[in-house]
Amino acid sequence: MIRFEHVTKKFGEKTVLNDLSYEIKQGEVFCLVGPSGTGKSVSLKLMIRLLTPTSGEVWLDDVCVSRAESHLLPKIRSRFGYLFQSAALLAWMNVFENVALPLREKTKLSEAEIREKVCSALEKVGLAKDGDVFPSDLSGGMQKRAGLARAIVTEPEILIYDEPTSGLDPVTARMIDTMIVDLNDRLGTTSVVVTHDLHSALAISDRIAMLGGGKIIDIQPPEAFIQSKVPEIKAFLDAQYITQRGSWEKGMKS
Amino acid sequence: MIVRDPVLRLPPKHFIQKIGQYFISVLAEVGKASMICVGAFTNMRFMFTRRARAEIIRQMYISAVKSLPVVSVVAFFIGMILALQIGIELRRYNQESLIGSAVMISMLREMGPFMSGIVLAACVGAAMAAQMGTMTVNEEIAALEVMSIDPLRFLVMPRMVTMILAVPMLSFYTCLLALVGGAVVGYTQLSVPWSAYWTSAFDFAGLRELYVGLFKAFIFGIVIVTVSCYEGFATTRGAVGVGEATRRSVISNFLLILIFGYFVTRLFY
Repeated sequence: MIRFEHVTKKFGEKTVLNDLSYEIKQGEVFCLVGPSGTGKSVSLKLMIRLLTPTSGEVWLDDVCVSRAESHLLPKIRSRFGYLFQSAALLAWMNVFENVALPLREKTKLSEAEIREKVCSALEKVGLAKDGDVFPSDLSGGMQKRAGLARAIVTEPEILIYDEPTSGLDPVTARMIDTMIVDLNDRLGTTSVVVTHDLHSALAISDRIAMLGGGKIIDIQPPEAFIQSKVPEIKAFLDAQYITQRGSWEKGMKS
Repeated sequence: MIVRDPVLRLPPKHFIQKIGQYFISVLAEVGKASMICVGAFTNMRFMFTRRARAEIIRQMYISAVKSLPVVSVVAFFIGMILALQIGIELRRYNQESLIGSAVMISMLREMGPFMSGIVLAACVGAAMAAQMGTMTVNEEIAALEVMSIDPLRFLVMPRMVTMILAVPMLSFYTCLLALVGGAVVGYTQLSVPWSAYWTSAFDFAGLRELYVGLFKAFIFGIVIVTVSCYEGFATTRGAVGVGEATRRSVISNFLLILIFGYFVTRLFY
């Protein structure tokens, strides 16, 4: 579905992604993990053309996203929902208006239909009673959930999550994990998750890709990922006290 | 597309190369700012949608209504200073009754649009640059683009409509209040009767002065929105970057208001 073909991304002299190639299949939950500064978020931004590769191509089905004309970008982007690391809610709108924004701006739905969809999205993220609250009055976790509601309200084919559980308490983090899996199961949404939280990645993903030095070090299903002998992966697992018989086995993916 | 890859150039090896690179980068920045301006105007066809109307009214309140107190004080005192300075000189020739026309013409042609432009650049332009800058570093602008919502239509166009209306209106208001300030000084300090002051004021000023002043204010409105939004969208490096963008927008606005003010005057007189 999404294909990176020999993608290199440089910022001046600094090479962030170096000849990166991988593919994300339709309907899977694909996790990108790796140390900070290895280009995970850059990789997400390339998928949706917030950045363009220095060389190589990013494909969405049969459309080359990295070379698409500007007027085609809205159509490409309408297939995506994006949860930003900072939630990126508009400060002067309350939660309801933030979530309703893509529906009001990009669809011809009536106000009643919009209200119904927004309430449903807010209920899914546990913010049904907080529609009137402004982002500045929400905790970081609640902001992230509101951002998630905005990402899912248009029911996109592909959902991109940039650090969905960072800075959240464990209960909320697991609630978001459940939601990612639930959306994937119920609607067949393809999910791309960038995370440092390996417990979460092991529990929800179909495949995990480890990024390091601007390249994919390994792509494996969780069961194989945890058995990996690759030093970078072992170090990453050890740093989060994840053993081969860890709690991740009680994860949500059946 | 507002969210762009950062432009990073290799350090120049030669002095001439350095000058060339600087010249090219200045032209590129002017081009980007012009595209924001053009984008705002081309999106004005959406200004009558419900959301845009509501946003224009909100911006009108923030930009014009909230600036009224400071504009009023500035206008009144500018009028008083002008009347006093000119009156003292004219008194030497027993012509102090002409201060009305002097205040009227200088306010309508130059000082009205200039002072309202400067005040709005400092109050509204700085706030606009800071807001756009914060939205850029918080990825709110990127979020809009991901939702296929054009930031030029959503954010810049309502501000442009507001400012091209608000600056001329405030400029006219500044002129009126300055005239009143001048009259007060004329009556109390220079013993110029009210009737003589107002007669002199309306005898010499023509409609041309009013039109040129309003046109100047209209241009200043465009300059303030273009510069402030451009600086805001170009913000990088978090809170420090927002501060820098705000400072740059105020400086650029002041300079451009002076430069455009001169050229508009040159065009009409």
